[in-house]
Amino acid sequence: MSTLTADDLRTRVGELLAAHPPASTDRLDFLRARFDAGLAWVHYPEGLGGLGAPRELQNVVEAELAKAGAPDNNPRRIGIGLGMAAPTILRFGTDEQKRRYLRPLWTGEEVWCQLFSEPGAGSDLAALGTRAVRDGDEWVVDGQKVWTSVAHIARFGILVTRTDPDVPKHQGMTYFICDMTDPGVEVRPLRQLTGEAEFNEVFLSGVRIPDDNRLGAVGEGWKVAQTTLMNERVAIGGNAMPREGGLIGMVARTWRERPELRTPELHDRLLKLWVEAEAARLAGQRLRQQLAVGAPGPEGSAMKLAFAKLQQALTGLEVELSGEDGLRYDDWTLRRPEKVDMLGRGPGYRYLRAKGNSIEGGTSEVLRNIISERVLGLPSEPRVDKDVAWKDLPR
Amino acid sequence: MSDLLYSEVEEDLRASVRDLLTDRAGFTSVLARTESAEPYDLKLWRTLAADLGLAGLAVPESLGGQGASHREVAVVLEELGRSVAPVPFLGSAVLATAALLAAGDRELVPRLAGGELIGALAVPLTSAPESGFPDGVSANTEGALSGAVRAVADAPVADVLIVPAAGPDGPGLYAVEKAAATVSDVVSLDLTRRLADVSFDNASSRLLASGAEARSALRQALRAGAGLLASEQVGLAQRCLEETVAYLKQRYQFGRPVGSFQALKHRLADLYLELVSARATARHAADTLATGDDDVPVAVAVAAATCSAVALHAAEESVQLHGGIGMTWEHPAHLYLKRAKSDELALGTPGRHRAALAGLVDLPPA
Repeated sequence: MSTLTADDLRTRVGELLAAHPPASTDRLDFLRARFDAGLAWVHYPEGLGGLGAPRELQNVVEAELAKAGAPDNNPRRIGIGLGMAAPTILRFGTDEQKRRYLRPLWTGEEVWCQLFSEPGAGSDLAALGTRAVRDGDEWVVDGQKVWTSVAHIARFGILVTRTDPDVPKHQGMTYFICDMTDPGVEVRPLRQLTGEAEFNEVFLSGVRIPDDNRLGAVGEGWKVAQTTLMNERVAIGGNAMPREGGLIGMVARTWRERPELRTPELHDRLLKLWVEAEAARLAGQRLRQQLAVGAPGPEGSAMKLAFAKLQQALTGLEVELSGEDGLRYDDWTLRRPEKVDMLGRGPGYRYLRAKGNSIEGGTSEVLRNIISERVLGLPSEPRVDKDVAWKDLPR
Repeated sequence: MSDLLYSEVEEDLRASVRDLLTDRAGFTSVLARTESAEPYDLKLWRTLAADLGLAGLAVPESLGGQGASHREVAVVLEELGRSVAPVPFLGSAVLATAALLAAGDRELVPRLAGGELIGALAVPLTSAPESGFPDGVSANTEGALSGAVRAVADAPVADVLIVPAAGPDGPGLYAVEKAAATVSDVVSLDLTRRLADVSFDNASSRLLASGAEARSALRQALRAGAGLLASEQVGLAQRCLEETVAYLKQRYQFGRPVGSFQALKHRLADLYLELVSARATARHAADTLATGDDDVPVAVAVAAATCSAVALHAAEESVQLHGGIGMTWEHPAHLYLKRAKSDELALGTPGRHRAALAGLVDLPPA
């Protein structure tokens, strides 16, 4: 670990800003220079956008740059690259792969998507069936992926495949980087109940992936995927919010502004949800305080579950509270948003979209299993698929 | 933002209280005592109050206390909730002491803080911080009290009663020696926290505070009580969850540990989730009470509304998931259920705290 201090980083930010004044520098040029200065993600190694500094010093960099009005790297559309692809490449990638992919990933020049879920393998990811068969220095991939955000604008995808169907399901998987512009990759919008197509289906037909694009050893794909998924869960947990931040604030405002919509029953529910939202906010705050003193508790696994429950109850109440307007919808046009915008749309949209909160990134049922087994230490369900070759599993 | 974690000092305090309670308030002895002539363990109380100095934890050193804060009191309550120990901590060290401190008393506080006397706040345990000043007892110009109060917590073992009464010039807070009052034990739903009905017939008293000061002292005491009771509820819920998890790991049915059935695992995961939220609200309430933060009223209402429900849910699930054994007198589950249900009514129900919140955060009723 380097001995860099917050002041050292402020000095380096100052040097970056002096050499590339944000006001007169092209956005991409600035981002590239920031990456090269090791100020992209300071905890990454030198030469790969970082300085090997403690992770928490990133906040110092962000604050200094925000103060100077420096451009950001638009983390909305590149969230999957930043949150999932990058840590996986850093851990399992070759030096060549790290040099090739991390810089354009961070600057946003290349968007990444995640090719994990399949129509037959969502929560049970290790059941996936997309085949990769070796052919000399290449692999030939056939299969279908689903729920793939930003695939239509992605340059690369992190892809988990089945390379050995004769061993139990967790063993025969291999992890690749898939070039989304390769022949045989077809992205189709997948329209959801909200009317928009936030996700895609990705069809892979005879896609040839060079062995150089493999991440980790052949057959070790599950281990690599665990790194990706662990980082996904770390990303969930959210930021510090003020009281009445988020949806509860919106509902409370409507309550204050529209007295004609009030009923005693809605008042009871509103107050219950207000208390629940405040409790969840405090619990999130407590979790962050634990992290700040280096003692992360197991509470994190519970927070996504709490969030989903609360969002669904709140959005349901909001529609009811809208009276006649609750019967209307803002827009059914097929859109392709790059990021979910809960607050920018109407109550009907929020109600429908919140239904996904208990499914995406691990269903609430799977999260309850994780909490009960890993936090409370309850015994796991009997595993009927244990020690059975993948090809012999019922599906 | 308040500090929602436990400090090292608080963890040390927790460890010493838990050690003592493990030795002296094991379930068998707690249960045996509920049917004995002495439902309170006053020897244990003396150790807690006098030897460990816990009765005066949040009392300034100048008044004979430890000079700690409500944060530490909250940790003690968590442990007392875990063990449902039959001691008058809530009535004496929390409610009566808070009322006396708020009333500016300098005579009784040191004696309560040192464990020399046990106090009780003579209001129904159901009183909420926003209940308003009670008028069931009245005082004449000589300070003689007449009237009655029902369901006073810890009164059966109290030496002195702190009584809100309608005085000749408006509300007053009075101190009455137990001998001057009639204290009739009632059969309490909660076997480990006893209640008494108290009546006064020209009982001589000493005026502690009057007018706005008396009102404020009572409200502050009830608010501290409600905010700190949340920590007792967190400790109770935590213990119920732990005991239930342990039982479900060892109990086999249909050839599997019962705890491997998803239907039950999910219920316990939900309980864990509730506990995570409850603990955060209880810590927030304790910390704001300790620092005298402006957020105290909201923090207390949120904690009281949340933790009451979570403790009750945990106790009810504990009975259900223990199956038949959970229905027996021999199993501890019922003591927790009785405490949890009584605590739900104590110092304001969740509904009353939510109603108070409506005013505090500007969400007016229909």
